[in-house]
Amino acid sequence: MINAILVFNNHGKPRLVRFYQHLAEEVQQQIVREVFHLVLKRDDHICNFLECGSLFGGSDYKLIYRHYATLYFVFCVDSSESELGILDLIQVFVETLDKCFENVCELDLIFHMDKVHHILQEMVIGGMVLETNMNEIVAQVEAQSKLEKAEGGLSAAPSRAVSAVKNINLPEIPRNINIGDINIKVPNLSQFM
Amino acid sequence: MSDVVERTLSVLPGLLGQHDPGAGPAGAGGHGRVSSTSRLGSLIRSITALTSKHEEEKLIQQELTSLKATVSAPTTTLRLMKECMVRLIYCEMLGYESSFGYIHAIKLAQQGNLLEKRVGYLAVSLFLHENHELLLLLVNTVVKDLQSTNLVEVCMALTVVSQIFPREMIPAVLPLIEDKLQHSKEIIRRKAVQALYKFYVIAPNQVQHIHDKFRKALCDRDAGVMAASLHIYLQMIKENSSGYKDLTGSFVTILKQVVGGKLPVDFNYHSVPAPWLQIQLLRILGLLGKDDQRTSELMYDVLDESLRRAEINHNITYAILFECVQTIYTIYPKSELLEKAAKCIGKFVLSPKINLKYLGLKALTYVIQQDPNLALQHQMTIIECLDHPDPIIKRETLELLYRITNGQNVIVIVQKMLDYLRESKEEYAIINLAGKIAELAEKYAPDNEWFIQTMNSVFSVGGDVVHPDIPNNFLRLLAEGFDDGKEDNQLRMYAVQSYLTLLEEEDALYPQKFLQVMSWVLGEYSSLVTNVDPEVILTKLHSLLKKTFVTSETKAWIMAAVTKIASHTSCSKTVDKLIQEFSNSLDTCMRQHAFELKHLYEDKALMKNLLPFDASCNDMVVDASLSFLDEFVAEGLGRGAAPYKPHHQRQEEKLSQEKALNFEPYGLSFASSVSSCGVTGRQSPTGLSFGSDMSGNSAETGHKETNTLKLEGVRKLWGKEGYLPKKENKVGKENEPQTVSCGGLLAVQVGDPPALQSDQVASLSEEDKEKQQLASTLFIGLGSNAGVSLMGKTDTATQKFKRKSKINETQNSEEATDFQDSAASDFGPLLDTIPINVEDCEGNIDTGLRKASLHSSDTVEDNLAFETPQSLRKSGLNDRLSDNTLSQSSLFADSNIEIFQPSPSAHCESASKTLLAPSLPEELEDLPHSEVVELCQSDALALYSCKVWTDDSLLLTVFVSNKTTSALNAVNLLFEEAEHFQILESPTYQFPVIEAQSVEHCQKCVWMHKICTQGVLSGSVNYQSEMESHFEFSITLSLMDFIRPMEMTTEDFGKLWLSLSNDVKQNIKMSSSEGSLSAALNTLQQKLKLHIVDVIGNEGILACQLLPSVPCLLHCRTHSGMLALWFRSPCSALPDGLLYQCQKVMEES
Repeated sequence: MINAILVFNNHGKPRLVRFYQHLAEEVQQQIVREVFHLVLKRDDHICNFLECGSLFGGSDYKLIYRHYATLYFVFCVDSSESELGILDLIQVFVETLDKCFENVCELDLIFHMDKVHHILQEMVIGGMVLETNMNEIVAQVEAQSKLEKAEGGLSAAPSRAVSAVKNINLPEIPRNINIGDINIKVPNLSQFM
Repeated sequence: MSDVVERTLSVLPGLLGQHDPGAGPAGAGGHGRVSSTSRLGSLIRSITALTSKHEEEKLIQQELTSLKATVSAPTTTLRLMKECMVRLIYCEMLGYESSFGYIHAIKLAQQGNLLEKRVGYLAVSLFLHENHELLLLLVNTVVKDLQSTNLVEVCMALTVVSQIFPREMIPAVLPLIEDKLQHSKEIIRRKAVQALYKFYVIAPNQVQHIHDKFRKALCDRDAGVMAASLHIYLQMIKENSSGYKDLTGSFVTILKQVVGGKLPVDFNYHSVPAPWLQIQLLRILGLLGKDDQRTSELMYDVLDESLRRAEINHNITYAILFECVQTIYTIYPKSELLEKAAKCIGKFVLSPKINLKYLGLKALTYVIQQDPNLALQHQMTIIECLDHPDPIIKRETLELLYRITNGQNVIVIVQKMLDYLRESKEEYAIINLAGKIAELAEKYAPDNEWFIQTMNSVFSVGGDVVHPDIPNNFLRLLAEGFDDGKEDNQLRMYAVQSYLTLLEEEDALYPQKFLQVMSWVLGEYSSLVTNVDPEVILTKLHSLLKKTFVTSETKAWIMAAVTKIASHTSCSKTVDKLIQEFSNSLDTCMRQHAFELKHLYEDKALMKNLLPFDASCNDMVVDASLSFLDEFVAEGLGRGAAPYKPHHQRQEEKLSQEKALNFEPYGLSFASSVSSCGVTGRQSPTGLSFGSDMSGNSAETGHKETNTLKLEGVRKLWGKEGYLPKKENKVGKENEPQTVSCGGLLAVQVGDPPALQSDQVASLSEEDKEKQQLASTLFIGLGSNAGVSLMGKTDTATQKFKRKSKINETQNSEEATDFQDSAASDFGPLLDTIPINVEDCEGNIDTGLRKASLHSSDTVEDNLAFETPQSLRKSGLNDRLSDNTLSQSSLFADSNIEIFQPSPSAHCESASKTLLAPSLPEELEDLPHSEVVELCQSDALALYSCKVWTDDSLLLTVFVSNKTTSALNAVNLLFEEAEHFQILESPTYQFPVIEAQSVEHCQKCVWMHKICTQGVLSGSVNYQSEMESHFEFSITLSLMDFIRPMEMTTEDFGKLWLSLSNDVKQNIKMSSSEGSLSAALNTLQQKLKLHIVDVIGNEGILACQLLPSVPCLLHCRTHSGMLALWFRSPCSALPDGLLYQCQKVMEES
């Protein structure tokens, strides 16, 4: 499970803080600070994994981080996650941000904090990785921002348009997985189908 | 709702003038994207302009105040509210509390349009936590959104549910979410599965009935939904792998298809098909195949294929490879795969990429126990890693070395660890490493000097953060001693001398724990060193007492040491000075100590008696009833003092007084002052200082506790077998030089890695030579051709310190083996005096008897010890045994001794005739019990089990029947440690012999340790026939096996009910045929063993307890065909479990 996702800049200013386990506010702030100090000490060319000791109240936890230009992306995970897998998940996250913001930079993260959270929500829910397919995530996010525009445009329109807005559905997102025999088949379980 | 939106929208145009809505995400880069008037923007800009933390705080507080005013103003539109929420999120991220906004976040989620709702939900999931009271207000919104026709709303609701949801409200949304599993959109199905995963994690019992639906999700036509369901399966399999073995085939098929590229290209990441999915599946397979040959065989092919396919040189393929390797080493081994996996590990270790190297080391650490040769192959790399600049790599290398430590390389490895310990700053690393060093030092110390020096370094470097077990274990080791009294004294003397040298240094700052260890050792053993004047030691301790950095706890230790030393000096100036000095100390504790010392010092004989030399391990007889105070009490009562009331009685009185106003006049203050005086007197430093005066004893009891409680982490080195006769020790010593020389030879062999042949040797640089030398010292004694044992851990022959367990010796006498040794002498008194043991002894005689009759030629010697009792009691024996059957059940209850229950000899004979039909011994037949079921069979043995539900435990009876025609010797039954269950005595049982064609049985008392509705207790049997055979079995135990009725009065019920806090309520439909309350209660009573306390009208109260004594109360009420159940218990998981059982039995009835 992923316990926390932290993004901060080279000066330790938090840019995104998401905890998936309940911790008191002070503890969260302390974790952000200590993680920053742990990560800052490290050169860029040594390994991307770090044991964070008893920071989360157990010895099982690990920090996996990547450093991009001015930002550190740090995932705190327990032993049930694959280290290299998470490392590439960070890459996917950043690439997705890049696609959604077109050349993402630190300012995007600051001024569109809510949007960054929404993108993250499509990837990781409640500490579990839900989606790793970049196109799918971008499609979901774009569908929602289209909606945003539509609503923005409609907001000045007569009130009868309101019900139309309310019932707008997500546009069809094609996802070619159900073509012919490339479905995943689980023969032993057919009785449940 | 819609009119709220309408109103909102009508206000918007006015607002649009102020805010530029066109700040779309697709604008130009950088600042251009930020709307110039955005308030968030200006907030952030002003924060960036600040220079100090203090200014930031001021600014944010200002911002929060203005936000507070805005959000609570009634005129604030939802759109503005949304913006406020984003600003609040920002403030919270910076660590400023903004709890005033929480309720508005919920409101926004409830009332806003899609966009506002989205921000509202986001804010809620960021601000609140699972147990937050405001969260209940969200439930209604979630329910409404789940029913919405708008997909986006449903999605948002599902997202928020899978992030955060109150546990007790799950029933409200569960049916809605179950419906969503059939939704036509895969994104909805995926999120629904994710929500169910969340429910499974926080309340597994509530989703038990939908396991079928999980299976459906697993074979969903969309791969994303299937992948989401794997989270649930991984979790469930982690908890109980045996329940899902049937799915192995499905997981293998899925993995095969993924690896084979059957998924759409969409799922590829750097042209690797669905890597994260593969990783997840490999983990699941590893868990399923662990220790299970048949299941493992199913996955060999697909693992091989995965290894083969993952050849592209990308990070993510290494992730898959690493997972494959781990799985291969976890499941039942197959040599071909192991070879390939080993090659893979090589790839990792030798990789120039630092991440892969780290993982390679991790993999090596993981496999080293199975394959020590692998470490030999990579020894040079490991040496290089030891000096790696990255501390993480270094630490992992030390972890690896720790696992390969043995008697020959311990000095080098511990040295390396100490070097690292001195450098590291992180507390966690220090604690961890100090523990490991202490463990290795105890286990493999080559000599006294080294041991003491190493421990000194651990204490001085580790400081006060080291785990308290380390000093405790160390002192215990010194106190209890080893096999050899002379050795013991040498070790103690060396310790004393080294501490004296350390204390010699002026201004040296030692950690408190180290000082405590020093003072204890000096106090106990300084008299062993004859060439040092006690006066010198006393002076040193005295000067320590005056240091400011010494804490008062340490001072107590030092005072205790002074007292002990003073007890065997005739008269000492230092002691007098010390008494004088501290008699007026401001520290009351010290003053108390000083006074005690003063009084004791006046009566030397008493002092010697009180503090005998080297008696820290001797048991003390404590008069727990404090009978010596009787006179004092009587005198007190005579003078009119109030009699003593136990705590609970006082509590009750206090409660009853609190409920109403007190109209009685206050009593005389006299009585209470006396009693309070008594109390403080008892808690005063007397108690404290007595503990420390005899700190030997107090420390000792502490040790005993840790011995029984906390030994899990520490390898059991000083167990019951700790005491070994001297003869054996000598053998060990004779062996030592041999193994060393053998190792020396090896060092030469090992030191030449195959890559470096003789022609290259000349070109080796100095540095390389050094490294090679280090390698040869580090990896000495490793490898299959090493002659000594492969893993240092198992080699105990070279172990230096073998603790003699004085405590256990006495306990052991109850055990059969010891009994045989001492039978002749112990038997008589045991038979006469201790009623509980009588039966037990007879049990032993009985086995002895049977042995005698069957193996008369072999066991003559064994029987010698039994001869007298045999002849004496033979006639009476059978009578006694038949009497026993009545008392037996109560016997189990009270005795902590191993239950050793022979079947009466007559019974045994009949068993051999009616072959292999296990039946319960007579004394258990009358108790409620399950049927005897077969657990497993092999050619030679069959295993059966039967559950006997006694009043205070579940008595698990395991029958072992020997199907062969020859007797089986030394059949061992071993239960594995289970997460949920606890076996009261030792988890093993040995049948010394099982005759041909006969059945033996053993019984184990089991308690439920951690609540679950159903769990598995597994174990294994091994025995010696021609070769050592071994097979495994598992027994399923359910919660109901541990539930017993609890009898109580209605009044008690009421009291208990009010004192319990965890409650669970649920309504169950009653089947129309049995609509009455009494019928329902009867069902519960009969099937769930609940005790009906009372029935009043349409309400009934029931009580039960989970063994050993966790109560659970149930209140039932019927209304309009529904049965409302309300559980309360001090344990939060128990009501859930019982509710599930109730639902089940009510459905059945």
